Amino acid sequence: MAILVNEDTRLLVQGMTGRAGTFYTDQAMRYGTTCVAGVRPGRGGTSHLGLPVFHTCAEAVKETQASASLVTVPAPKAADAMIEAIEAELGVVVCITERVPQHDMRRVKDALKGSDTVLIGPNSQGILTPGTCKIGVMPTVDAKPGHIGIASRSASLTSEVLASCSAANLGQSTTVGVGGDVLHGIGFVGCLEQFRDDPDTKAVVLIGEMGGREEELAAEYLSSVDYGKPVVGLVVGRHAPVGRRMGHAGTLSVFGNLSADEKISLLRDAGVVIAKDAGDVVRTVQSCLS
Amino acid sequence: MLLAEYQSKELLAQYGVSVPPGKMARTADEAEAACANIPARKFVVKAQITSGARGLAGGIKFAATASAVKDEAGRLLGKQLVTNQTGATGETVHAVYVEADVKHDAQYYIAFALDPDTGAPLLVASPDGGVEFEQKAQMNASEVAKHSLTGKPDTDRAGLTEFLSGIGMEDEKAVEQLLSACEAFIENDMALLEINPFVRTPEGTWMAIDAKVALDASAAFRHPEWDSMVSGEGLPAVESTAQKSNINFVKLTGNLGVVVNGAGLGLATNDMIIDAGGKPANFMDIRTTATSMDIARGVELLLQEPSVTAILLNVHGGGMTVCDTVAEGVNFAYSRNNGTKPVIARLAGQNAEWGQRILVDRKVPVEICSTMSEAVKRAVEVASGGGR
Repeated sequence: MAILVNEDTRLLVQGMTGRAGTFYTDQAMRYGTTCVAGVRPGRGGTSHLGLPVFHTCAEAVKETQASASLVTVPAPKAADAMIEAIEAELGVVVCITERVPQHDMRRVKDALKGSDTVLIGPNSQGILTPGTCKIGVMPTVDAKPGHIGIASRSASLTSEVLASCSAANLGQSTTVGVGGDVLHGIGFVGCLEQFRDDPDTKAVVLIGEMGGREEELAAEYLSSVDYGKPVVGLVVGRHAPVGRRMGHAGTLSVFGNLSADEKISLLRDAGVVIAKDAGDVVRTVQSCLS
Repeated sequence: MLLAEYQSKELLAQYGVSVPPGKMARTADEAEAACANIPARKFVVKAQITSGARGLAGGIKFAATASAVKDEAGRLLGKQLVTNQTGATGETVHAVYVEADVKHDAQYYIAFALDPDTGAPLLVASPDGGVEFEQKAQMNASEVAKHSLTGKPDTDRAGLTEFLSGIGMEDEKAVEQLLSACEAFIENDMALLEINPFVRTPEGTWMAIDAKVALDASAAFRHPEWDSMVSGEGLPAVESTAQKSNINFVKLTGNLGVVVNGAGLGLATNDMIIDAGGKPANFMDIRTTATSMDIARGVELLLQEPSVTAILLNVHGGGMTVCDTVAEGVNFAYSRNNGTKPVIARLAGQNAEWGQRILVDRKVPVEICSTMSEAVKRAVEVASGGGR
């Protein structure tokens, strides 16, 4: 078991014929993800990497019963690609594209209203169910099937935490990168809800940072339910200078400009067990599970 | 991408938002001369830096005469202005904006940003605008009222009128000005538009006394006009250089240079350094698109900085940035600059061993550690003269 993606997931890749699309489709196939189609307007009817290419998502869904999409389309057209995937009623849409304009994401958010699609990203490393399904750009060498769910705002820290978990024999059910942008699809709360319903996930690790509102909303959610599983939190940027922009665009938000320390205290109050730094996550998870 | 105040106001004025008459000046003499064309009894001289909180830091001066304007401009120009948002080195004042001092009987804080939940334009307003707004708002978030818009003036007008009257802005003229501001916000792909203060004059007109615009850099591809607007003057020289090389680089004040891939890992690394009693010289995030040459330029910034005594290399390879790419970059920088600063390296993930071999074989003065915690501890020791 896992969340959102599993062995039944049938992936199509938007922008598959491009450089990034080719690279990540190839990687996904090697990992064992069931890839069924590519979408590239103007190239319908051709094939690439041994897969049929379609003009539109709707056609690809009809012909191949694709259930998820990986959007690798460059930023100027990424929003239109996401909207097309949402309109084609794909269950999961993962967008790895960086630098999608915020005002374009507004249209994507409108398209998501009333839809059942779960959008992951943009500017996300994607989603990985170890040993079963990889949709995204994350490294997989250190991933190991297991029972830890990870939801993260940072690709690099996910790799770090995942590698240390695997080394300690703590495999992962699914890892989700919610993306580094202010406007994005699924957030920590959505991931927590999914992990809660997944019998195979025994504990959840949230990897956050200063700025943005993910941690604040997660704390609100966790305070409002009896979650039933341990949640470990790592929030980085505790010593980042105030008011300076560092890294992810999400940190430049007028809304919810909470510091890492403020988030840590909100999460702690909501029952989250805090790991003091990146090297402390494994010990914290182990102490929760013992 | 932050615009200077005068640019932000020019942009707003194009959409019909009123701003006080004013003029840019790069020398004290220009500032004095500017007064002749500004119909006012009293003037304000404002340092043009991109960081906020400049009022509290002495970046805004009032002057009654043109010669007083000259004196104030002379004192501000060339000065390093340190505000609570600039970091300790501050930001150099290259220009001042001279404008009419506008009398007012009410001042509001106004901001537009996209609602992170819905994506809709969100107006944030407070009847308690002015210099210290941000600090006050942090203490009491309930003072800030929020109103969601559609971006279509005819749809938004009625709701906006009602919302504004709820915070004491019962005035059709204010409504129209803010509808225009919203149009400017959308059409120019702004990530943030802040007008603080937005004031009512005794004559009953409304005016943006200060404006701060953050353009969404991701939308630059459809705004060729931005090239000439964004000078990069606000950024320290090293940060502009790094940006051109696909590296996010923020200069800090410590002695331990850090080379890290990924924003999250970069923040985590700096947290650990400070917890271990060290002082990072910078924050670095090598973007996934960076090549070895890009990375070399980032490392050179640290090699050329005299206050940096050691470099911590912390890489988790994966995706498109693999360890050997980073190691090659470090090697390029060291060989081009005859680098001697000690490197404490922790390489993990994809091609970690290959990366380590590159550093050792090419004679980079490197010490390899196996875990992040160990590398941080060791780097802090070495940076503070703890020997090798």
